[in-house]
Amino acid sequence: MIKAILIFNNHGKPRLSKFYQRYSEDTQQQIIRETFHLVSKRDENVCNFLEGGLLIGGSDNKLIYRHYATLYFVFCVDSSESELGILDLIQVFVETLDKCFENVCELDLIFHVDKVHNILAEMVMGGMVLETNMNEIVTQIDAQNKLEKSETFIFQSPRQDRYHHRYLQQSPEGRILIADPLQSIEHSLKT
Amino acid sequence: MALKMVKGSIDRMFDKNLQDLVRGIRNHKEDEAKYISQCIDEIKQELKQDNIAVKANAVCKLTYLQMLGYDISWAAFNIIEVMSASKFTFKRIGYLAASQCFHEGTDVIMLTTNQIRKDLSSPNQYDTGVALTGLSCFVTPDLARDLANDIMTLMSHTKPYIRKKAVLIMYKVFLKYPESLRPAFPRLKEKLEDPDPEPRLGKKLIEPLTNLIHSTSAMSLLYECVNTVIAVLISLSSGMPNHSASIQLCVQKLRILIEDSDQNLKYLGLLAMSKILKTHPKSVQSHKDLILQCLDDKDESIRLRALDLLYGMVSKKNLMEIVKKLMIHVDKAEGTTYRDELLTKIIDICSQSNYQYITNFEWYISILVELTRLEGTRHGHLIAAQMLDVAIRVKAIRRFAVSQMATLLDNAHLLASNTQRNGICEVLYAAAWICGEFSEHLEEANQTLEAMLRPKVTTLPGHIQAVYVQNMVKLYASILQQKEQAGEKEAAQEITQLMIDRLPQFVQSADLEVQERASCILQLIKYIQKLQVKEVPVAEEVIALFAGELNPVAPKAQKKVPVPEGLDLDAWINEPPSDSESEDEKPKTIFHEEEQRHSRHRQPEIDEEELARRYQDTPGVEHIPVVQIDLSVPLKVPGMPMSDQYVKLEEERRHKQKLEKDKKKKKQKKEKRGKHHRHNSLHTESEEDIAPAHHVDIITEEMPENALPSDEDDKDPNDPYKALDIDLDKPLADSEKLPVQRHRNVEDLKSPDSEVPLAEKKSKKPKKKEKKHKEKERDKGKKKEKEKKVVEEEEEEETKKSEPGVGAAVVAESQEAKKEQREEQEEEEEDEGKKSSKHKKKKHKKEKEEKSKDKKKSKKKSHHSEEEPPESVQNGTLEDEPLPPMSSYRLLAENTYIKMTYDIQGNLQNDSQVTVSVIFENKSTSFLKSMELNVLDSLNTKMLRPEGSSVHDGIPVPFQLPPGISNEAQFVFTLQSIVMAQKLKGTLSFIVKNDEGSTHEKLDFKLHFSCASYLITTPCYSDAFAKLLESGDLHMSSIKVDGISISFQHLLAKICFHHHFSVVERVDSCASMYSRSIQGHHVCLLVKKGENSVSIDGKCNDSTLLSNLLDEMKETLSKC
Repeated sequence: MIKAILIFNNHGKPRLSKFYQRYSEDTQQQIIRETFHLVSKRDENVCNFLEGGLLIGGSDNKLIYRHYATLYFVFCVDSSESELGILDLIQVFVETLDKCFENVCELDLIFHVDKVHNILAEMVMGGMVLETNMNEIVTQIDAQNKLEKSETFIFQSPRQDRYHHRYLQQSPEGRILIADPLQSIEHSLKT
Repeated sequence: MALKMVKGSIDRMFDKNLQDLVRGIRNHKEDEAKYISQCIDEIKQELKQDNIAVKANAVCKLTYLQMLGYDISWAAFNIIEVMSASKFTFKRIGYLAASQCFHEGTDVIMLTTNQIRKDLSSPNQYDTGVALTGLSCFVTPDLARDLANDIMTLMSHTKPYIRKKAVLIMYKVFLKYPESLRPAFPRLKEKLEDPDPEPRLGKKLIEPLTNLIHSTSAMSLLYECVNTVIAVLISLSSGMPNHSASIQLCVQKLRILIEDSDQNLKYLGLLAMSKILKTHPKSVQSHKDLILQCLDDKDESIRLRALDLLYGMVSKKNLMEIVKKLMIHVDKAEGTTYRDELLTKIIDICSQSNYQYITNFEWYISILVELTRLEGTRHGHLIAAQMLDVAIRVKAIRRFAVSQMATLLDNAHLLASNTQRNGICEVLYAAAWICGEFSEHLEEANQTLEAMLRPKVTTLPGHIQAVYVQNMVKLYASILQQKEQAGEKEAAQEITQLMIDRLPQFVQSADLEVQERASCILQLIKYIQKLQVKEVPVAEEVIALFAGELNPVAPKAQKKVPVPEGLDLDAWINEPPSDSESEDEKPKTIFHEEEQRHSRHRQPEIDEEELARRYQDTPGVEHIPVVQIDLSVPLKVPGMPMSDQYVKLEEERRHKQKLEKDKKKKKQKKEKRGKHHRHNSLHTESEEDIAPAHHVDIITEEMPENALPSDEDDKDPNDPYKALDIDLDKPLADSEKLPVQRHRNVEDLKSPDSEVPLAEKKSKKPKKKEKKHKEKERDKGKKKEKEKKVVEEEEEEETKKSEPGVGAAVVAESQEAKKEQREEQEEEEEDEGKKSSKHKKKKHKKEKEEKSKDKKKSKKKSHHSEEEPPESVQNGTLEDEPLPPMSSYRLLAENTYIKMTYDIQGNLQNDSQVTVSVIFENKSTSFLKSMELNVLDSLNTKMLRPEGSSVHDGIPVPFQLPPGISNEAQFVFTLQSIVMAQKLKGTLSFIVKNDEGSTHEKLDFKLHFSCASYLITTPCYSDAFAKLLESGDLHMSSIKVDGISISFQHLLAKICFHHHFSVVERVDSCASMYSRSIQGHHVCLLVKKGENSVSIDGKCNDSTLLSNLLDEMKETLSKC
């Protein structure tokens, strides 16, 4: 089971937190901080697995993470998950985000955390991996967005576009951060 | 232009959306908290508005704030409101928020049951999808029980998107409601298509997988293959031929992974190795060199993995070597976390399986002593525990241990003077105790005693000083005895004087325990001194204080003491204190604290936090000047042996042993030549051959006499998956069927006054959780009245549904169901009147208003009713006589495949609608699908069809029915006039699917809308009732029925139940009753019972309706 999924930036600011186990808000924040602390001090060229033991209930759990430009994607899982599988899942997640947001950057996550949640919900359900096929995920997301648009076309879309445009101009995070072609897992594992 | 205006107004309506909020927070970096609290205030305003879009927007923002650490549980009710929005956009927002912040403790969570059920059966697959996703995050045991059947049904949904989610969420349901596993298991198995694929699949897979491992060059494929092979071999280890070749291959390939420069591969290789290690330790042990190499890796994750592997790889033969390597790493390690990890691993490795691999305990004690030189470790207590354990349990080692501990005590300043090394001074606790307890082995007891009496000792933590004080007396006693026996009177008096001189420093200790012990002992020794002056020999008596030997007790010994017959440990000795008392006064705390204090002194294992706190709490510590020792000089405690020398000694010893053995073997061979083949045991010495250095008797831990053997205590009681440890092969019992949505079977007599006792009765119910809820709910005076109302209503429904064993009761006619109904009746009677709120959430609003009116009335009336004798407040529940079982579900139609029963409910929300609930029960052994229900509309009564469909289109039933399963669907009908009963003809068409194929079937039925079904049970108060009768607007009619044999109470119950009335007042055999139609007709009845007859006078706004109603009543009563 996946116990928690966290996304935070290089400064530890949370961009998404999804806990599949009940923690109080304070504990959640503490977990985010600790995880950031553990993950951020690791070199870039070490492995993507981290056995903290202190975090989220005991030594059975481990952190599997990936670092993309300004963002850390961290999955906290127990021993029943395949390490390689989760590593691949993170990749699929990021690639899906990239597809849904068209060249995803940190700002997309900042301003549309609800959408990120919706995408995640198509991949992981209640801590269990639901779907790993990116095309299937994107199809379902598109269908739901279409449904949403048909319900709320008056006020949703124009505003969204406007803001997207505006924050790109204003913010230093406006550059496209996850634009570099993501190495596939096969690639990184040297087929 | 027009569009602009629309946009403008919408912009105003949405003060801020999520993006605005995020932007605002980013622009207020200085005063973020203040800005957010402003936003929360705005959100609270938005939540008060009726517009669902505004509410959804507010909830969306709250979800974001939750991520930033803000508690949003206060908005739980609003979240539920948004969840029940009809638009998917809002629903999704609501479910997301719920999934982020709902949990088992959320008090309003039971309000979601019906909403979720509705969404699960929604024709829109994405409504179902978000409901499933949300539910997977916050499912509670109650939700799991109530919705298990609905989710089961979804496992056969037409859309794979839903089936996928439904199958997955079942796991969560099982965890929360394990009873559902067995009934659902056949279905799950079906989903796998193969009835029992596991064992055969595994066997078949091994070979192709092995081939793949051989041939592939893709590392990831290799890893997954190896992983699968390991998993298969582990699961099949019993009854499978030896697969050592496959394992060997896996290990070889894993070695390649580990040797790779890619860190991820290295890690995965080590991980897979540790899986193999469990079943095939020998295969992995041959790669010890590689694993040890990994300890040098720069990556901590890799090092920890390697450590983990080493733990499983040690043997008698290689323990010393491995530990030696680890000790080198301890010295090299930077950063305390990893070093502490190393330390615990060394101790784990050595102490595992009762010190199985240790052949030389002198070596181990040396290792422990060497570990005490670690700076700043947090694990001093671990080392101390090991020292104590070994010294107590290995008798032969005591002399050596005592000498080592004496040296430690002598060098205590090295350990204790550095504040950074506070954790390590725990070992002094062990050292002091060992020296004291086994002081007969001490050579220089005087010196040790003096070391313990040094002024520096008073800077140690209190619990250690206390042990010092206690054990210096033991030392003193043995010195005294020694001197007396040797006749050295002066020396004996000197040592007494030393004690008297030095003990006062402990008497002044701020630590109570130290102070108390020291002052007792000081007085004792002063007394001894007096005796010594008189030349009385005292040593024997003093030593008698500490006579006897301590034996170790097994950790599970306490649990295994059998409970003597007739002793009930759970029974209260005294009357239990009431809840409020224990909260206010906390009488237990005295005991509690005392216990803690005791454990502090007895157990060397104390958790780190507590230690830290203790150091802070110890007064005076911070004033003591700390002398920093020069750490640039490598620490070497004089006189301490280096553990390395033992490694060398051990090698020599083993070599000797081997030579001797070889000699013997050669002899044997000479004798038995011809029988034996030559074998290579000369070189690969098996570990059984290694004899311990000297005879070591590990004292076994004591167990109580007649201890019960049990394995149960090895299981973790907190394991959340334990609940799923269920036998799946046992056939299903009827009682195990999944609960299906409950329907009211009995309606009751309802007194307006039952409102108040209701709450009390509820709280008496055994379900603690609900009780708690209820009380909480009542206590929350702040909560809005309307909110509270809904909670209560829903809760009652919940309670009803949560009755045990209700599962089988769906088909109300069945025998079991009747039995159960009887049991539940009493409770159900109270709940009547709220039933109508059953399925549609929106209904609550109207009812809320009504209710609050009712409540006001009841308050006014309360004086009045209290004075009345209880008999006149006729409430059905007051009668002793049990009511017969009743069901409102009538048979609609039935054939060999399917049985339909139905019930009609008026719709409070809409004055021209009724809801028909139909239970479909699959009676066949086939699968029923594509069910479609259609009726022939009349001018007056029409079935509500989706927009755009014609009157000839049927409505699809939103589920399929596997064999033996029943489920309920609802259909809404619109009516113009309700004064007459109606009958509609209809047809159910469905496809029967079984092994032989599919057939199309039809079942015709007649749907009977009685006038009673337009009535809604509405409570009325006698004063309001009297006014109604006086108004003179009502038409009147009467009936009389003869031959009535049932009791008056049963008769009233029947009228209430089948005709939707409530009792206003009852006096003897006369009762007034009231009901209201969906279109607002008042119906008043006066029911009088004669000898064998009943007469009913009715008054109603509409004479046709009244006469029809009375006719229906006559029919009901004539059956009695």
